[in-house]
Order: sequence, then C-alpha cells, then structure tokens
Amino acid sequence: MMKTEQEKENILIMSGNYAAAWGAKCSNVNVISAYPITPQTTVVEKLSDFVDNKELDAKYIRVESEHSVMAALVGSSMTGARSFSATSGQGLLYMAEMLHWVSSSRLPIVTTIASRGIAPPWNIWADYTDILSIRDCGWIIQFASTHQEIFDSILMAYKIAENPEVSLPYFVVYSGFSQSHTSKPVSIPEQQRINKFLPILPEDGWGHLNLNPDKPVTFGNLVMPEQEYLDFRFMIHDSMVKSKKNIHDTINLFNQSFGRDYGGLVEKYMCDDAEVILISYGGLAEQSKDAVDKLRDQGNKVGLFKLRYIRPFPNEELIELFNSGIKVIGVVDQGTAFGNPTGGPISTEVMSLLNHTKNRIDVLPCIWGIGGRNVSVDDQIGLFEKLLYIKNNNEYPTDETCQHGTVWMGLKTGI
Amino acid sequence: MKTSDKQPAAQQPYKSWKELPHVPVSYPQLGSIGATGEWRTFKPEINAEACNKCGMCYLYCPDGVISYKEGTLPEIDYMFCKGCGICASICPKKAIEMVKEKE
Ligand code: SF4
Ligand code: SF4
Repeated sequence: MMKTEQEKENILIMSGNYAAAWGAKCSNVNVISAYPITPQTTVVEKLSDFVDNKELDAKYIRVESEHSVMAALVGSSMTGARSFSATSGQGLLYMAEMLHWVSSSRLPIVTTIASRGIAPPWNIWADYTDILSIRDCGWIIQFASTHQEIFDSILMAYKIAENPEVSLPYFVVYSGFSQSHTSKPVSIPEQQRINKFLPILPEDGWGHLNLNPDKPVTFGNLVMPEQEYLDFRFMIHDSMVKSKKNIHDTINLFNQSFGRDYGGLVEKYMCDDAEVILISYGGLAEQSKDAVDKLRDQGNKVGLFKLRYIRPFPNEELIELFNSGIKVIGVVDQGTAFGNPTGGPISTEVMSLLNHTKNRIDVLPCIWGIGGRNVSVDDQIGLFEKLLYIKNNNEYPTDETCQHGTVWMGLKTGI
Repeated sequence: MKTSDKQPAAQQPYKSWKELPHVPVSYPQLGSIGATGEWRTFKPEINAEACNKCGMCYLYCPDGVISYKEGTLPEIDYMFCKGCGICASICPKKAIEMVKEKE
C-alpha cells in the first residue's frame, strides 16, 4: 500500500525493550515508576533518558521495589494521570498485591512484561510463568509476538484500558531476551496521527475515582459481607468479558489508521481446512508459522491458532474452532502450573471449553521453551508429527517426553 | 467542607449491581459509625502552659480530631478521639498527658 507523505512512518532499528519504551513515550504517558530487573531494565532506562532529555514530559518516580512501583502508580493513576511501568519475573510476582489494588480500583495502568523464568534456580530467559501465575488478577493480558506489535500494542492498550466501560489495567507481554534484547525495524507513525488515535485524558480524572485534595473521598473502604463486595467482584469479570467488543473495535480502528493487520483476540494461520491445529501464544507461536508452512508443503493439513489475548479469554473463537470439524489439537504452554490437570495453565483453560462442542477432539497438551530452552522449527514440526500420529493411529504417543498426559518438549530422558 | 456540602453516603443497599459505580467511595461525613470516643481508655489532655503551639499533634492524629490554627492552642474533639496516644508520644514538648478514664 502506497503511503501518502503525511502517513509516512519513521523506521528505526531497535530492541523489543526500546519498542516498549517508544510505545510509552508516543502514548504521552504522564507518570512512570519502575524498578530495574533483567530483562526489562532497558525499557525504563530508555524512558528515563527520554524524560531527562525532555523528549517526554513525564514524572519519573524512582522507588525501592516493584511493590512500591505499583503503589506509586495507584496514586498517580487515581489523579487521572496516564501511568506506565515495566517489569519481569520476580519483580512481577513481588507486585502481586498491588496488581489487585489496581484492577479492583479499576485504574487503566499499562505495564509491559519482558517475561522470564522464575527462581530458584535463577533464570532470566524467555518463560511466561511470571505473567501466567498472576493471570487471574483482573488485568487484561495480551501477548505481542513482534517488535512492531510491542510498540503498537501499547498505544492500543491505553485506548482500551481508558474506555470508561472497560476501566481495567492492561499488560503487554513479550518474551525476555528472544524479544527484549534482539533488534528489528520498528515503524513509528507521526506523533500527530498517534495523538488523534489516543484517548483524550479527562480533565477531572476518571469518572469513578478522582484523587483531589479539594474533594476528599475514602476509597477501598471496608465492605461488609451483605453489602456489595460480591457484586463489585462480579463487575470486574463482567467488564473483562465485555471488553472483547472494545478490543475488537480498537484493533480495527488501529488497523485502519495505521495500515496494520492485527487479528482480534486470536490470529488464525492456515486454519480453514486444517485437521490438526496447534494452539499457542507469544514469540514461539510466530515461529510456528514456519513449521506449518513446511508441513503444508508436504501435503499435511495443519494450522496455527495463536492466542493474542488470554484475559479476556477467547471463548467464542475457540468454541468456533472446536465446531469446525477439527480432529486433533495441540495446546502449548511456555510456562508451568504445577499440579493442575495438564501442568500448563493455558492448555487446561483451553480444554475446559471442550464441553461446548459435541465433536470428538483429541487434545495433546505440551510444555515447551521453559527458562529459554531453545525450540527450533524442527522441534515444532516434531510436535505436529505427534499430533498427526494421533489423528492417523487414534492413539496417543508414549515416548518418555510424554509425562502425565503432557509432552514436556526437550525433557532429558537419557536417549 | 460544611456538612450540607457533602454528598450522601450510600445508606440504602443497592438493589442491582447494574446501579453500582465501578468502585465504592465514601464521602466525608461526621462519625459515620458513631461516637468512637466511647472506645477510649486513656484521654489526652493538653497542658496549655507547656504547649508551644507547633501543631505536630494535629498533623499526626490518625483520626483527624484535633483542630489547630497556626499559633493557637490545639483542641481535641473527645466525641471521636479514640485515645490512641499518638499525639502524646509525638508532642515535642511532652505537653500531652494520657489520663485514665473513669468508669
Ligand atoms: S489520642 Fe489519638 S485520637 Fe485522640 S487526639 Fe491524640 S492522636 Fe488523636
Ligand atoms: S504537639 Fe504538643 S506542643 Fe505541639 S501543638 Fe500539640 S500539644 Fe502543643
């Protein structure tokens, strides 16, 4: 598509972390608070540069821990300031209590996560166990699997989160090192066009909560069992589910405004006539497209169903897939949920929707790439071959990497 | 803020979640759970002669029941003072004494 002079974008080579920093800068954030943690650190280093050089007119609050980071942003966001942070791994877990404060106060804070393995043993490489273990705390969770998507997603995140009907915080998640520290071209639209897209900050803060010393209020009060505590909890879930419409509308508007082609809550690749489909998320899901291409060249009807969002969960899209005549699916987690039905959080959630179809579908859960363990295209093809084996032989593979019904790709079995 | 300016707290229970705002908020209201001064075991008494009118007690009182204007003696509202003793321990002149309440 030819772009007019005014639509031209500035293409810069940058790391995934810098793409996150640029996303926050171009979103005109008012307040940043952060504590350094690998592999996120260069996001907030870059942002402190922007603030220091006066390229970004924001307040940068330094604190002593991630818990305080989110506490500081609760305060700033309550005044109606657009607030941003970034973290990883242990830092995200340390923030956990305040994450609930944010969502239950319905504050539209956006935070990027460069996901990494959880210690001990120490591990700083790609692994989504950090974000997956706090997936139920009332934040929208979106995976960005390219550098461009990291940048673009932050602009969309504020538009979605600040919509008064949504009023929920938003995580943009990408993988540590494989995305945070690799460099790729990122196209930055003109700021004037971004400003037109961004929501206008209300002068008096958010309608439901506005910290203003001249009009004192108490919030976060004690609510008795027979009062409305249960009802407020329901409303968070209700807004999360209903945010799907707003997410779709925002993505469509963004695609139109900036000539992108992001899918909705999911992205389907070669799914139309597929009999065997892999469901996955994050950076490795992008690589799955190569595996699908290679297997398609050999005449296999395989496809990829990429989850872009896990909160809200794409129920409708998955149920539609289950009713499409699909025979076998594999669901891959790059993260763990010890002791749950499959060992992987998202495979368990995907399987929980199978009662919405009358079709018989075989499901093979898989866990891959934990702690940055390399997953090659050939490894991915190997997983597809297991799925094809199930389809052709009507039995599940029994090699030693299949443990408790789940494939632990790369498990050292001495062979 | 005068009492008449205050927005009413939700006294009536809501009938449906659809009527609720995103979050519960309370507006300032005098003693919404009663005369909490009844909880007091020790009563803070200011010694006007020792007091240097610095206002520290006013700043630190967690219940906001001390009124103070610069250069004047602070006044304690015993209807709501819970007798925590923070004012007494923060007072730089040791001008507040905690006196045991009688039966
Ligand atoms: S005793 Fe406690 S509540 Fe009473 S005036 Fe002193 S600080 Fe305030
Ligand atoms: S802190 Fe002590 S000295 Fe200062 S105003 Fe209060 S009573 Fe007086």
